[in-house]
Amino acid sequence: MTDTHTCLTAKDFTSNQEPKWCPGCGDFMVLQQLKNAMAELCLKTEEVVVVSGIGCSSRLPYYINTYGVHGIHGRAMAMASGLKAARPDLSIWVGTGDGDALSIGGNHYIHTVRRNLDINVVLFNNEIYGLTKGQYSPTSKVGLRTVTSPTGVVDYPINTIALTLGAGGTFVARVMDRDGKLMKEIFKRAHNHKGTSIVEIYQNCPIFNDGAFGAFSDKERKDDTTLHLEQGQPLVFGANGSKGIHLDGFKPTVIDLEKSGVSKDDLWIHDENDLIKANILSRFFDDPNSTEEFLPRPFGIFYVEDRFTYEQALDAQIDKAQEKGEGTLEELLAGNSTWTIN
Amino acid sequence: MSDTVILNNNDMVISKTSVSVLFAGDSGDGMQLTGTQFANTVAVYGSDLNTFPNFPSEIRPPAGTVAGVSGFQLQFGTTGVYTPGAKFDVMIAMNAAALKANLKNLHHGGIIIADSEGFDAKNLNLSGYGETNNPLEDGTLTDYTVFKIPVISLTRQALADTGLSTKIIDRCKNMFVLGVLYWLYSLPLETTIETLQSKFKNKQDIADANIKAVKAGYNFGDETEMFSQHGRFRVPPAQKKGGVYRRVTGNEASAIGLAAAAKKAGLELFLGSYPITPASEILQTLAGLKKWGVKTFQAEDEIAGILTSIGAAYGGALAATNTSGPGLALKTEGMGLAVILEVPLVIINVMRGGPSTGLPTKPEQSDLLMAMYGRHGEAPMPVIAAMSPVDCFYAAYEAAKIAVEYMTPVLCLTDGYLALSSEPMLVPSPDDLATITPVFSPERKADEPAYLPYKRDERGVRPWGIPGTPGLEHRIGGLEKQNETGHVSHDPENHALMTRLRAEKVAKVADIIPDLTIDNGPEKGDLLVLGWGSTYGAIKKAVEQVREGGLDVAHAHLRYINPFPKNLGAMLGNFKKVLIPENNCGQLLSLIRDKFLIEPVGFSKVQGLPFNEMEIEEKITDILKEL
Repeated sequence: MTDTHTCLTAKDFTSNQEPKWCPGCGDFMVLQQLKNAMAELCLKTEEVVVVSGIGCSSRLPYYINTYGVHGIHGRAMAMASGLKAARPDLSIWVGTGDGDALSIGGNHYIHTVRRNLDINVVLFNNEIYGLTKGQYSPTSKVGLRTVTSPTGVVDYPINTIALTLGAGGTFVARVMDRDGKLMKEIFKRAHNHKGTSIVEIYQNCPIFNDGAFGAFSDKERKDDTTLHLEQGQPLVFGANGSKGIHLDGFKPTVIDLEKSGVSKDDLWIHDENDLIKANILSRFFDDPNSTEEFLPRPFGIFYVEDRFTYEQALDAQIDKAQEKGEGTLEELLAGNSTWTIN
Repeated sequence: MSDTVILNNNDMVISKTSVSVLFAGDSGDGMQLTGTQFANTVAVYGSDLNTFPNFPSEIRPPAGTVAGVSGFQLQFGTTGVYTPGAKFDVMIAMNAAALKANLKNLHHGGIIIADSEGFDAKNLNLSGYGETNNPLEDGTLTDYTVFKIPVISLTRQALADTGLSTKIIDRCKNMFVLGVLYWLYSLPLETTIETLQSKFKNKQDIADANIKAVKAGYNFGDETEMFSQHGRFRVPPAQKKGGVYRRVTGNEASAIGLAAAAKKAGLELFLGSYPITPASEILQTLAGLKKWGVKTFQAEDEIAGILTSIGAAYGGALAATNTSGPGLALKTEGMGLAVILEVPLVIINVMRGGPSTGLPTKPEQSDLLMAMYGRHGEAPMPVIAAMSPVDCFYAAYEAAKIAVEYMTPVLCLTDGYLALSSEPMLVPSPDDLATITPVFSPERKADEPAYLPYKRDERGVRPWGIPGTPGLEHRIGGLEKQNETGHVSHDPENHALMTRLRAEKVAKVADIIPDLTIDNGPEKGDLLVLGWGSTYGAIKKAVEQVREGGLDVAHAHLRYINPFPKNLGAMLGNFKKVLIPENNCGQLLSLIRDKFLIEPVGFSKVQGLPFNEMEIEEKITDILKEL
């Protein structure tokens, strides 16, 4: 984005609609960081479209002073795909949730990811259905008691990151709703990535699923339960960086750096371009609440791949077909084989 | 059909006004190709023409069995060709199964050209006749004129000196049969020869062999007594309007109609689609039009097919999606979104037998009420139905015009019969096509009043403010919106108002659609036959014939079903009775009864087959007797 105009501020991206989210909802942080990122990316309001499906998170378009379209449940990614294919010039952001993207819209999710259209997907994962008042979602933990699972959820949850990598994702990241700084940086990276960017946000729903991510956000626990991925840096976590991850063949193990005497240089060094390692990282999916021995939950950018986008490939085919000029209406109407009657 | 016998150079030439031909053989015999060659020849010759392929429903049915018979049906003639023909005058039967599968549809006294080598013991067994019951020999066919030709032997003889392998020579057998048929109908060989030359331009020996086979077949007709005693036929060309013609199937015509509309409107065409029988050729045809900038998107499902299109429409493209019944069912929620967003969108539904998977390869008109009402909420949209393969072009074009100019989704109905049938189309000049004017909002300056995405013009149409345009930033969605601003609104009065405004806009489309005209017959009288969609050919023929027989019957054919043409009520009032034949259980009848409070006579056929003219003639005659 070259600076040919005065960049707008986050306030310029604020619409005249008051957000109708519950007090304390994690969605507010996402909205703020999205506007901050758009301002810092020096985007123009007219070149941005925010597309959404249905759910609390899908109210997002109404609160951003750009173009916005609020579609139907599960179909945001399909709508965004058509828009991007028709209008590659636009910066398209999808706001969606765990129900919208991974349940009713699961099919569109995997196919959008594999097609790699250049759109940025902000996936608000609160492990619950909020707008419909508290039913379990496809990311809810087994055993969660909700209005539709009074005796506990028996569905095994989706691992978003693993699913996305499996579908051929080219930009795969996760961030905690409270971590505004990282969120903004990831949004900016997502925008600059040419392809479908998936940013999963662990978003707390204070009403229906409060504390779902407490194991990763509580001050006293998060040092031991979370792992921050930084390109080129060893996988270190724990208070004062006392622990690290070592890759033993394909098996990741937690090393106590103080007790073992292993140097940080011998730890797993994060490489966001390594698909195999990203796949292993995606499987760091233990629930610290249900097991003593767990791998920490990674946050940050798991994987980035530079691959052709759908719209680039489609446009290239059209350009090639039009090498000797665009077809005229006369040619279209006549087709390849005609005869004349006098 | 007045047949005139003329003696010409010792040949007996019988002049006919129209002939219906069936090419039938095993699915590996190249019948579609052979029939297409014949169709191209008569088209270039100047005949009126209508064709219909009849494929086996399985991909690879067992060879030699009735299930494996592939047919290509066509009617050509000087006048009165509106359908591929209800019954055939001539049947080419390449094997016993082909005869068995189709004999019931051959006119009494009709001609059978049979490859006698396809009636060997093996083929007779596979066909179900049994090896001891050869219909060519046992008197089964005494009511018909039968020409038994050992096609493979004669083809091998003719091509013996080409040096080609027997396998390749045997593949030329259908060209030999085609040559015989050209002789029988006094048709020129040039079109086929030119096609073969260009098709095999890098394989000259194959081209030569095929050409030699066609000529050998033609000469066989000339030289064989079997034929000379019966004489040959001549079907004079039609008195067609002069101009350039092409042959189109309904699905090709639909695709070209959309692409032409986009060009005319200055928009990019985007088709989001999922393959489904019998609608896939629309996607396939458009996928090949990249030279015209057409973007096709083969989506992951029917829902994504329409949603990608809605996204493209929001972005300023002429967007369309195509499908058949089961897919339309999946698209209904998307259609509702397009209705409330008020974005232009064309949905082409190629109807097939239902419900559920139903009869995927067979036509039916049973999605009409779904097209009208198949959405939750009050969600009216214009509905247009094509009445012939060529009309698929104009119906798709008009659907696009209405969609773009009225900012609405439009349903365009065709069916499996129109989709696969072909006929000659007079190529229109771009200037002949109606203009299409999008209602784009211009850029807005900061000091101008706020942009109102749902402020309507005098026709009730909202503007198209597309992303990328400075100053028009706005948010819209599937939630009910406040009038003019488009902001989310749950206000009761506002919802009532918006519901009414959306309906009024669709109703106002009636202002630009032409009055319905009587296709044939009096403006006032005892009986009006009111049709819609693909029944056009059969009704037209039936009404022509009963009128020739002295019955005073009129025919009108509806293309615009929502809204109806303004004069429809008055027209219906001019007749004592209204007969509505349709390939469903009375869906147009319900709409007419509901709207005009009259009691038409329904005539249903839900067999996965189109009407034939005899059925309709009989119904007309019965009704007139009761009057």
